[in-house]
Amino acid sequence: MFNFFNLGKVFEVTSRSIKYVFILFIIVLTIGLTEALFLSPEDYKQSHSVRIMYVHVPAAWIALGIFSMMTFLSVGTFVFKNKKFFLISKSLAPSGFIFNIIALVTGSIWGKPTWGTWWAWDARITSMLILALFYFMYLLSWRIIENKNSVIKISSLIVIIGAINIPIIKFSVNWWNTLHQGPSLKIMSETTIHSSMLIPLGIMTAAFALFSLLIFLMKFNTEVIRIKNKGLDRL
Amino acid sequence: MVKKVKLRIAFLLTLVLSLILSVYLILKSLEKDVVFFLSPTDIKNLEEIGTKKIRVGGMVKNKSISINTDKINFIVTDFKNEINVSYSGSVPNLFSENKGVVAEGFLQDKNYFRAVKILAKHDENYMPPEVKESLGEK
Repeated sequence: MFNFFNLGKVFEVTSRSIKYVFILFIIVLTIGLTEALFLSPEDYKQSHSVRIMYVHVPAAWIALGIFSMMTFLSVGTFVFKNKKFFLISKSLAPSGFIFNIIALVTGSIWGKPTWGTWWAWDARITSMLILALFYFMYLLSWRIIENKNSVIKISSLIVIIGAINIPIIKFSVNWWNTLHQGPSLKIMSETTIHSSMLIPLGIMTAAFALFSLLIFLMKFNTEVIRIKNKGLDRL
Repeated sequence: MVKKVKLRIAFLLTLVLSLILSVYLILKSLEKDVVFFLSPTDIKNLEEIGTKKIRVGGMVKNKSISINTDKINFIVTDFKNEINVSYSGSVPNLFSENKGVVAEGFLQDKNYFRAVKILAKHDENYMPPEVKESLGEK
């Protein structure tokens, strides 16, 4: 199960890999930003404000992806009492929250010149705001609940309840009339983003994923050190 | 131990199921408030014309924009029905014919909408201008 030896081994890997992930992140981010800000063409309709998309869309994807991962980890924590999953979930949450906020803010900045408004209470934007609130609730629950056993249970339940929102976010633009545009990348049909714009989008997504991994590793190591200092039986 | 796991699974399933049902019910009953705008067809099917502020959305019909002194008139269409919109004020840069638009304002009758605010709706197509031109030539 969750013994010192195992955790020590994991820590050895996670603490060492940080600098490599950091170097890789800087490289990919540099390529991604050069592509997104200078090399990629402007859009036929929105001209240069299309460049906001290269931050907005990857940030939203990562925010959704991390919450989905946290959902599986929380089910594992709650049902099977897995004693590592909640640590992973707790370490993932901050970067998911950050990217959720970035997606909301960049969306707002894009919305003003494109739509003509900073904010609209349409289904996509509101459901994304609800996701941010769930992230916030999750992070807060670790701060305010003292009892170790209850905080593990309650935080997992917050994620599981919030997970119902994930398909609503995904399909909000198909189910209802929204101001937000529909999906450009579809599984069943052709993508409606030109390839010269798809490449920087992909690289920026990779860069953001690496950044999440970096923050995750740092946070995870901090948690492990904290457990080590407190002694294992306290967990 | 195993029995406890089963109980916890049952608990989670009940929780998630009841939440999905309640969220579904709430969204279903609030459908007309969840949609950001009504299409011209929705307007046509309205039972009564209220005095509340609503939004109408669709495509700006080709060659329908006319500007006279301080008023701008255009037709919003969903390719089944259409509605005349009049507005005075500044419009977003992306507002143009054959593009999506959401107009916020008051319905005068089923064919005439007085807008107080215009939002441009962007579609899911992203491409450089050269590609757009070559698409247009085809």
